[in-house]
Amino acid sequence: MTTETTFSEALPKTALVEIISAATTEVFTTMLNLPASPGPVHTEPATAIAPHSGIFSLIGLAGSWAGTGCLACSGTLACRLAEHFLMTPFEAVNEEVLDAVGEITNMIIGNVKTALEERVGPMGLSTPTVIYGRNFQTRSARVNDWIVVPFESADETLWVQLCVGPNQDSRGSVRAGFQLPQVLNI
Amino acid sequence: MLDILIVDDSAGIRKILQRVIRQAEVPLGAVHEAGDGAEALELLKTQTVGLILSDINMPNMNGLELLSHLKASDALKNVPVVMVSTEGSQAKVLEAVQLGAAGYVKKPFNAEQIKEKLAGFF
Repeated sequence: MTTETTFSEALPKTALVEIISAATTEVFTTMLNLPASPGPVHTEPATAIAPHSGIFSLIGLAGSWAGTGCLACSGTLACRLAEHFLMTPFEAVNEEVLDAVGEITNMIIGNVKTALEERVGPMGLSTPTVIYGRNFQTRSARVNDWIVVPFESADETLWVQLCVGPNQDSRGSVRAGFQLPQVLNI
Repeated sequence: MLDILIVDDSAGIRKILQRVIRQAEVPLGAVHEAGDGAEALELLKTQTVGLILSDINMPNMNGLELLSHLKASDALKNVPVVMVSTEGSQAKVLEAVQLGAAGYVKKPFNAEQIKEKLAGFF
């Protein structure tokens, strides 16, 4: 892990963290009516993110910059988020909980994308893919590290993660570069 | 009473929008739902609605493609369409308006924003 990674002069790590924090806080305040406090930020290599259990919700970003945004949390927190989102109690992860986490990811990473577009130009956004399981690992072919911003909410931690950088293959198309990480070892 | 169609690939967002509109105590009739643009067009072959709320980023057919199809149809071109999307850039809003969108609500939204945007349609 590193803490001083410089992603780009156009988009330094501090700016990306601010964008992630603002987008996440807005969604929590507006749609979930829950507080969310950002914790200490760290980075992880895109090619070797730590094995994970629980919920992993991914969205691809494409354009002159490209990459992946994701939310990771426990099944317990996913149920709490879905309860606040849909105003319905959930005892276990089910289709509605996964749908809610996917839509929360869409709103957070979608707002990150809108903020990024002001600096790096138009980008496309994929629809979310939500994975629920135990001891799985992801890897991304992108060269940039994941920026990982933890948020404390409902006595649990939600990790909002972004792996993004200039797209060598964009050729001006916002469709180029969609590339969700591979999921290994489910 | 106004029948409406909510188009979004998230069942949760469709549920939230329906709840917010019902709470607004407007003269709401039937509420139809579709998971993407293609499903919406199929539904509109048999159902008549007075207002459509549509997401943009959806599988199969996105909201802007749906809007283009609606505006190209003599039977459907006058049905107002309000986009409800995470896409918040000025360019995307302008694109939607140029295609004929009657309104635009950015996600995340609160109940008041939805009520305010839709008040004129009821």
